[in-house]
Amino acid sequence: MTTTVYVPRDSAALSLGADEVAANLAQEADRPIRIVRNGSHGMLWLEPLVEVVTERGRIGYGPVEPDAVAGLVAAGMLDGAGHELCQGVVAELPWLRDQTRLCFARVGVTDPLSPEDYVAHGGLAGLRRALRLPPADVVAEVTESGLRGRGGAGFPAGIKWKTVAGTPGPLKFVCCNADEGDSGTFADRMLMEGDPFTLIEGMTIAAYAVGATEGYVYIRSEYPDAVRTMREAIAVAREQGWLGENVLGAGHTFDLFVRVGAGAYICGEETAMLESLEGKRGMVRAKPPIPAITGLFGKPTVVNNVLTLASVPAILAGGAAAYQALGVERSRGTQVFQLAGNVARGGIFETAFGMTLHELVHTYGGGTRTGRPVRAVQVGGPLGAYLPATGLDLPMEYEAFAAAGAMLGHGGVVVFDDTVDMASMARFAMEFCAEESCGKCTPCRVGAVRGVEVIDKIVAGQDPDGNLALLGDLCELMTEGSLCAMGGLTPMPVRSALLHFADDFGPKRAGDFGPKRAGDFGPKRAGDFGPASPNGGGHR
Amino acid sequence: MVSPGTSVTDRVRALVAAHRGDRGALLPILHRIQAEFGYVDSDVVPVLAAELNISRADVHGVVTFYSDFRSEPAGRTVLKLCRAEACQSVGAEQLVAHAERVLGIKTGQTTPDGSVTLEQVFCLGNCALGPAGQVNDRVRGRLSPARLESLLKGAASR
Repeated sequence: MTTTVYVPRDSAALSLGADEVAANLAQEADRPIRIVRNGSHGMLWLEPLVEVVTERGRIGYGPVEPDAVAGLVAAGMLDGAGHELCQGVVAELPWLRDQTRLCFARVGVTDPLSPEDYVAHGGLAGLRRALRLPPADVVAEVTESGLRGRGGAGFPAGIKWKTVAGTPGPLKFVCCNADEGDSGTFADRMLMEGDPFTLIEGMTIAAYAVGATEGYVYIRSEYPDAVRTMREAIAVAREQGWLGENVLGAGHTFDLFVRVGAGAYICGEETAMLESLEGKRGMVRAKPPIPAITGLFGKPTVVNNVLTLASVPAILAGGAAAYQALGVERSRGTQVFQLAGNVARGGIFETAFGMTLHELVHTYGGGTRTGRPVRAVQVGGPLGAYLPATGLDLPMEYEAFAAAGAMLGHGGVVVFDDTVDMASMARFAMEFCAEESCGKCTPCRVGAVRGVEVIDKIVAGQDPDGNLALLGDLCELMTEGSLCAMGGLTPMPVRSALLHFADDFGPKRAGDFGPKRAGDFGPKRAGDFGPASPNGGGHR
Repeated sequence: MVSPGTSVTDRVRALVAAHRGDRGALLPILHRIQAEFGYVDSDVVPVLAAELNISRADVHGVVTFYSDFRSEPAGRTVLKLCRAEACQSVGAEQLVAHAERVLGIKTGQTTPDGSVTLEQVFCLGNCALGPAGQVNDRVRGRLSPARLESLLKGAASR
């Protein structure tokens, strides 16, 4: 009797030695075992999480360090025996049980590259139903579901699709934006590594709905594992007849290709991504024309984020009404929240919109990893607002965040403890923008550099009132005058830090703070902006 | 690598030919060149321009826009440390400072003996297990100074 053991292949698990754990298991096992390399369930504080299939279900052990494998096997892990690392039946853990997993239903459960696993766990149901409907009905279904773009902007997906469907042309594209560059976000990566067929299915449905025949997944080069997994999955999907000239025998043609970015954050902006896909510098385009009408190579193009497209199969399979029934206000369905940074229990939490940030950070996240008090939480990536510990009672939905001067974005939540210096985080927001600006528009290209300088003056106590007023003006100019969200939203973290953590910017801090700052940040500053980089372009 | 008798130019032409059917093939071609030669030499720019029928300025503009493409070879081990917000919340800045001290170089530089190139990166998608880094394309999590040094030793002995 062969025992089945799951060891994740997700790169978060690999980053803590999952490959070594799998190798040691193969060596130490006292019976025949079959090791399945699954995605991660998203309880990242338990990675590497090893699961053993028993009569009771899949029993989890974690976090398992490579050196601990021999001891675990000796203690009866392969029989599901008790151990201090034993977490019990994984599917029954409250963290997982309390979630509503539509997008991430199979992530962690299946072998990501097994077409049999995919179909056995409900895969292709959405695509099969879509192919039986007229394309316009598929668009209508997505519109009625209330699905909004998960990349951050929250634009209704159905309306975008309708525009592409209604624009005539012999060649149309579906492009998936997998340039997940925001700090604190990793759901795109985990989905591509843990359940790539769902993304392929979602893109195929989109292609059928709008009449596109060719698709691209633009993945950042910082995700080599996701690139490999997506490429393998596309090859499997072609073999299975899920992609190609006659998708599922229904007569529609759609083929899909992976393209790899080259280290430019701005390529997560949709028009810069299209430029990059065309083999050019990732410079932002002015809109209009919108990509839905004049997109990749000037053709009508659907551009959606990974999670948007990966939500589509579940919507088609379960129907728009079921999806629309979840969530609150104008935020319908589920969002894959990502708990990150200084958090005790970090990972993926997919749930209907509406849960409060406080509940996510404290109840599920367990507060900070360091055990110190939470001081600030940044939601929505580097361009999102910093919220103070007292302001976490916000429901996780687009409009509530917007009303609070914040942004839900891609659903990334980064927690900071009370040692954080918010003036340096504000400075970093400007520094990051200066580093990653494409340079096309002046407010962003020059404004970010000026922003760093002005914050430095404020912190150093140089004419703080005058420089604070100048910083306010600069933020307004960047917000109103930038071509895209890079320059347009960089003021959001800066202004929120000023609003909620004004003391950190005060000149009274300059005295005790100055010398420490010089030590911590001084030398690097020269490197950041100087010509030290060997690659001439950015400085990674 | 390049076999004897094959010039770099021939090799670049072959790579372009392999992507002839691809739309907007310049980035995939540059990735292949960098994978094969370790960097994108300025000498390949006119070859690419001629093969793809675009201007040298266009090719140069693309090569220099993207931070992945190097103008000279990297060290034998490339260490990238994440400096984005989530990793900063768990001590990334101190880790970068430690790496600079131990290696005796600044971020963006290569040690004089050519063993290690230290670079910064903004997000590796390992934000719940920071500080994160990449050692020769392998993502690593929860990097302490001690773990970082042991990974570097391991990479050097390989």
